[in-house]
Amino acid sequence: MANKKPRPGRTLTAFFLALVVAYGLVALGGKWKPELGLDLQGGTRITLIASGHPSTENLDEARGIIDQRVNGSGVTEASVTRQGSNLIVVEIPGKSRQDLVDTVARQAQMRFRLVACQDTCASSAAGAGAAGGATAGTGATGGGTGIAGQRAGLGFDHKKPAATKKAQTPAASPTPVSGDTAAPSDAASPTTSGEPDAKGDISVDDAVKFMGNPPADQVAKFDAFTCPTGSTAPVVVDNPSAPLITCDAQGHKYLLSPAIIEGTELSGASAQVPQNSVQWAVSLSFHSAGRSAFADATDAVHQNGGLFAIVLDGQVISAATAEGRINGDAQITGNFTQDEAQSLATSLKYGSLPIAFDKNGTSSEVIGPTLAGNQLNAGLLAGGLGILLVMVYCLFYYRGLGIVVISSLVFAAGWTYAMVLLLSKTAGFTLTLPGIAGLIIAVGITADSFIIFFERIRDEMREGRSMRVAVETGWVRAKRTRIGASFVSLFSAAILYIFATGVVKGFGFALGLSTVIDLAVLFWFTKPLVSWFARFHFFNGGGKLSGLSPETLGIDAPVAAGGKA
Amino acid sequence: MGKFSRLGHELSTGHKSYDFIGRRPFWYSLSGGIVLAALLVVIFNGFNFGVEFTGGTEIQVSGLSSTDAGQGTADTLREKVAATGIEAAAQPEVATAGSNGVTITVKELTESEQAKVTDVIESVVTIDNPKDQLTVSSIGASWGQQVARRALIGVGVFLVIVMLFIGMYFREWKMSIAALCALIHDVLITMGIYSLSGFSVTPAAVTGLLAILGFSLYDTVVVFDKVRENTHDLRASKTTYAKAANLAVNQTLVRSINTGIVALIPIGAILAVSMIQLGASTLKDLALAQFVGMAVGVFSSVWVAPRILVHLKSNESEVVLAERRAKAKAKANVDPYANVPSFAEDMPLGEGAELGVPTDAEQGPARARGPVVRDSRAAGRPQPSREPRSKRTK
Repeated sequence: MANKKPRPGRTLTAFFLALVVAYGLVALGGKWKPELGLDLQGGTRITLIASGHPSTENLDEARGIIDQRVNGSGVTEASVTRQGSNLIVVEIPGKSRQDLVDTVARQAQMRFRLVACQDTCASSAAGAGAAGGATAGTGATGGGTGIAGQRAGLGFDHKKPAATKKAQTPAASPTPVSGDTAAPSDAASPTTSGEPDAKGDISVDDAVKFMGNPPADQVAKFDAFTCPTGSTAPVVVDNPSAPLITCDAQGHKYLLSPAIIEGTELSGASAQVPQNSVQWAVSLSFHSAGRSAFADATDAVHQNGGLFAIVLDGQVISAATAEGRINGDAQITGNFTQDEAQSLATSLKYGSLPIAFDKNGTSSEVIGPTLAGNQLNAGLLAGGLGILLVMVYCLFYYRGLGIVVISSLVFAAGWTYAMVLLLSKTAGFTLTLPGIAGLIIAVGITADSFIIFFERIRDEMREGRSMRVAVETGWVRAKRTRIGASFVSLFSAAILYIFATGVVKGFGFALGLSTVIDLAVLFWFTKPLVSWFARFHFFNGGGKLSGLSPETLGIDAPVAAGGKA
Repeated sequence: MGKFSRLGHELSTGHKSYDFIGRRPFWYSLSGGIVLAALLVVIFNGFNFGVEFTGGTEIQVSGLSSTDAGQGTADTLREKVAATGIEAAAQPEVATAGSNGVTITVKELTESEQAKVTDVIESVVTIDNPKDQLTVSSIGASWGQQVARRALIGVGVFLVIVMLFIGMYFREWKMSIAALCALIHDVLITMGIYSLSGFSVTPAAVTGLLAILGFSLYDTVVVFDKVRENTHDLRASKTTYAKAANLAVNQTLVRSINTGIVALIPIGAILAVSMIQLGASTLKDLALAQFVGMAVGVFSSVWVAPRILVHLKSNESEVVLAERRAKAKAKANVDPYANVPSFAEDMPLGEGAELGVPTDAEQGPARARGPVVRDSRAAGRPQPSREPRSKRTK
């Protein structure tokens, strides 16, 4: 390889600066101790009581989904267990995670329906534009279409107990202007939408017919229906193949067509701030079938001037118009805070629960650590002792080069600590005892990269090269070996992370993190440092303490003189 | 340390060489025997699965006075419950709950055992009204079949990907197979020793075992990298595959020993401290699985994987050819003067006599003593393309 002249000084400086920047970010985060896991620090226990008598399979399925919700990013290491015949217990690290109660307990059954009547059963046109809580927008084309303008006061705090209700002004939720309460076409009697297809949702055409022409019995029921006061959700049975009468958080009542799109059609959900907006929104993406159904629905709504509603767990969370056929993602806007939007997105992403939970039975309490306090100390003591022994061994065996090992280990530790702090701030990474042990174990693998490198240098010097040359030629081979081997480690870490749950997931993450850090330290710190050291007579002169003397190399000739060029 | 380094030098030049390749029947039966024993232990001794896998009993104590509900009580309870000698309660999980409660999780208890545990609890904390303050409920496994299935799928995917990666990286699928054999060897032995230890299988232990997958393959890859370097041009190095591979293992031996020591020191420290200072603990489980696995992993990368690789390769025509070449060379070397030609009439004279004449190299590769076509590292200067006269046959 026609290498550039190595400039160890530059790389080292850049590496130092990067570490300083990392710690600068940590300082911005303002937390200097990593978040500890359930076993070491305790956390919050949320007990959920299933309503009704769900089967064990359903409970187990719900357990799995909740596990994904709380461990979504995989580094939180929460524990979710089924208890008895109707309980699910969620334990999450951190003392004050009551905010997760919503995310965990939400059944997250989302359906798209068309709005036949809003508040009063007037012609559907009256409702258009009245309460546009949601806007559908394609990411690319129609992204900004009236999102800001249509934000209505469809807050999302209705799930919380009334006590925590925020002072929220239902900004733009005008009652319908048209005062006529006469239902336009009650006489028309076609019970169009009765036939559900296999999936339980009906075709868009049927729903449109229903929207334009709601059957009289439904209208009668609708008129008789009153929304509960406050922001509590109405108690309704959300049957996807039947029309639904329900309310939103502001107490507007709706008569809705049978579901046209089911939550199962969602392929993803994420919380984001859309372009041209300052409000948090939840963006939904569909599978192909859902995508075409959504496109048809928006088209129909656009042409007929109606509204479609997004119903979550029996409550309308938004109702919106469409400004054309939308072949893309949907967005739910509303007065979401960042936390609320993320909570909803997380609930939706992993699918709906097969069971509902009794809201009054849900309790949360603070729990203590499951491991005795002495375990952490013992673990840290053992780890410290082990690392100390490793350092002593390296100094003994590699003499002067041992300095390189020790400083590299110190740097790797520094990086690891910085990353752990940053990740526990941003991704909820928590350190459990196995995680700490994993990081300590990684010391062995990290040290191995130096051992491979140094043995290469020694081999090259045995063949009569000077240290300066040997460092560069040895590096070429050591690098290759190292990269190949690291990939194997990374694969195993990635697989642990993707397929495992809970503790193992966190361990895989820690393993992958330490492998990447190890590679970075090797390339940008160890190698330049050795290159730099090779310029000094202490190392390249073959002195006894350099670790590269003829005696330690086992050769009889003096080492090839390097000297300062 | 000088001695060890000198050993390193001698190993690297091949002056001193241990045989890590040969004596297949002996080493195969040794390794195979150990693996079989481990397998039998796993089958007949089984594992002592923890509460995370089996589900169990949870006893909630509530309504405690604030002095009773602290972390100290939880720690005392943990020790006392473990000391009851009930097998199901050997590794209890005890945590404070709220400001006035404690939760104790153990494996499934019988009525009498439950009474015993309750007695212990009541001896530690004051309970006025056991009926209201003690709630016993059964809990399901947080690591049920679903989790196990996912983990197994994960391991399967991992193995396939890594086998493909190794196969592509070394361009040699036999290396994948040898590495896989070494991996199975490591995992089974680790499982066997774990089963013998009688430690309960916790998620931490599974984590340790899964991490072994990565480490074992990692270690094997490092050794194979050297093997490949040594064997990529058998013709030039004039040696057999087995010898080149054995040299590679010897050359990486110092590194393997060093890595083994450096990797095992911290884990050994954790294992020792947790066994001496702590009772049953997740730390101990993880450390045991890791310690055994890493030790076996280093061993197998030296003793098992290269031997299997050489065995697998021994039938390849290239390898057989190299073997034959080396044999012929050895024969030729018995009497170095046997081939000195006597003068013959048609023997070319002078150095320039045969310039431009096709060399032996172009006449086919299968000659017992090959032509001098080797990587001369001579910067493109013209090199003699014929053998020296003394080596030439007629």
